[in-house]
Amino acid sequence: MTIEEQLITEITVESLLEEVKTKSDAGYRLVQIGCTRIEDAFEINYSFEKDYRFENLRVTIGEDVRMPSISDIYWGSFIYENEMHDLYGIGVDGMNIDFNGYLFKTSIPHPFRDAPAVTVKKVPKKMDEENKTSGGEE
Amino acid sequence: MTGRRTVVPFGPQHPVLPEPIHLDLVIEDEKVIEAIPSIGYVHRGLEKLVEKKDYKNYVYIAERICGICSFIHSLGYCQGVENIMGVEVPERAHYLRTIWSEYSRMHSHLLWMGLFADAMGFENLFMNCWRIREQVLDMMEETTGGRVIQGSCKVGGVRKDISVAKLKEMSERIEKTKADVEEINHVFFDDSTVIHRTKGIGYLSKDDAYHLGAVGPTARGCGVAIDIRKTGYAAYPELDFEPVVESGGDCYSRCMVRAKEVVQSADLIRQAIEKIPGGDIDVKVKGNPEGEYFSRVEQPRGECIHYLKGNGKKFLVRERVRTPTLTNIPPLVRMLAGCEMADVPVIVLTIDPCIGCAER
Amino acid sequence: MAYITKSPWIIHYDASSCNGCDIEVLACLTPLYDIERFGIINTGNPKHADVFLVTGGVNEQNRPVIKNIYRQMPKPNVVVAIGACALSGGVFRECYNIAGGVDKLIPVDVYVPGCSAKPEAIIDGVVKALGILEKKREAMKKEAGN
Repeated sequence: MTIEEQLITEITVESLLEEVKTKSDAGYRLVQIGCTRIEDAFEINYSFEKDYRFENLRVTIGEDVRMPSISDIYWGSFIYENEMHDLYGIGVDGMNIDFNGYLFKTSIPHPFRDAPAVTVKKVPKKMDEENKTSGGEE
Repeated sequence: MTGRRTVVPFGPQHPVLPEPIHLDLVIEDEKVIEAIPSIGYVHRGLEKLVEKKDYKNYVYIAERICGICSFIHSLGYCQGVENIMGVEVPERAHYLRTIWSEYSRMHSHLLWMGLFADAMGFENLFMNCWRIREQVLDMMEETTGGRVIQGSCKVGGVRKDISVAKLKEMSERIEKTKADVEEINHVFFDDSTVIHRTKGIGYLSKDDAYHLGAVGPTARGCGVAIDIRKTGYAAYPELDFEPVVESGGDCYSRCMVRAKEVVQSADLIRQAIEKIPGGDIDVKVKGNPEGEYFSRVEQPRGECIHYLKGNGKKFLVRERVRTPTLTNIPPLVRMLAGCEMADVPVIVLTIDPCIGCAER
Repeated sequence: MAYITKSPWIIHYDASSCNGCDIEVLACLTPLYDIERFGIINTGNPKHADVFLVTGGVNEQNRPVIKNIYRQMPKPNVVVAIGACALSGGVFRECYNIAGGVDKLIPVDVYVPGCSAKPEAIIDGVVKALGILEKKREAMKKEAGN
């Protein structure tokens, strides 16, 4: 069951502003910016829509990479960029309205930054087993 | 003489808002120069619960993101999972989901119309809107067992069926509700008090609305015809409707859109009841989701996105909810600039802020 | 019965609830349930209030706000926790930002269960709270007499 086609284009951080500008010039509206933690990197999706055509630009960045703000192109993007900063701890340069980490006030800083606890638990277990078997072989 | 600039804090606990939102209003005399929102008072961090609840159990959490759009949140989530896993939901389930979605839209809009009347100081209208809303909630309770949180949507279909006799009764009762709403809509459209408080207030141009990412009635009130129901999820492709669009761009237009949508929803429910096919209401879902999908649904407040990503395990890797209120905040900031201090509560309400949604 | 229990004033605060219980509290005020027939009036000012209705699990941001509202209320007063989240944190108890039920912060007199709590249950809870309020008042009166 597929309701609509969803295009995802992988791009680099350097070409982000250019690609977003192209989208803006073509008359797309910014739908959302969202992050996902994958292994040791962050995946950031910039979603756009025009006439019910839903498209995404995807940037994959390492842990300490700072992102350029697209708020010069889409004025309303500050809300997502501040969210990205507060929940994931990803630095964003050049936001038009910068809350300096006070948009979401959380009990622990950047709660979404760390990889899911579930995988963390499983990895040492596996390693233990591997160590045991490798130890036995030796 | 130009006045001095002062910063006036608005909220978090404000009599006009049932929920906490805080605005720093920079004012000059009585004129608002700039408004800076700050949220975070009801942030729970529920997106992170996908790591603790498996994808089938998470439906309960998704439904409780917000108690007003509850059913449509669970629908959005289930639809996303079904899309990733390639589950074909029976046609009857699609129709039942549509019927409940439209009931929730009616109850949400009537709730908003009441609060809006209250913000204008029109107590009588507030009470009347909520009186009509109870008819909608009664139907919800009789068919699902819950008034505001229904729990009737699940991955692979719905949990409860509605009997033929009940459907017939519902289509009769919805006509009465519709008549009541039409009667009260006259007050919103024609009453001089309402017009005085809303016409020309909080103006947002069509271009601004589109580029700032406004969705739902906030966008449609500015002439932007975005309605995600038109992408054709659930049973919407088989129903006949056109998005309600008003071109005024002010509070009055946004109010008109919502008032007209209540009538439209009643009409959609009647259509769905006429066309509903027989058959099963759910399918068995086996396996775990692997893949990703942006599930889009039209909530009473506008487009809502559930982004889901699974890696073949019981627990999803990521659920990201982009709610309509969050994206309507930048347009709100633009609307507030240049308004009178006394109009702030009314303008804030016209985006129908749902903070529970926005902060998750 | 003293005047205070004939016309108690309530204050409602949303401590990170999903809105479900909030709109049900509001529904109590409207024509179908009409809580005003018990003389109950909803106020926004904690210094006017006798009954404190709290919905939702407490998050970090709300801790000082709830304590502050409670501290400002005149004695005697009662606290009613409404909904599963206000009781224990509900489905959100495992969230990083949720501290748990309201009773971790301030003493709670009546617990109204449900997700969301039905208006009937909320009214029942408030009426129960009025009984407690009356007892507290008498105890205070005795203490003052001695």
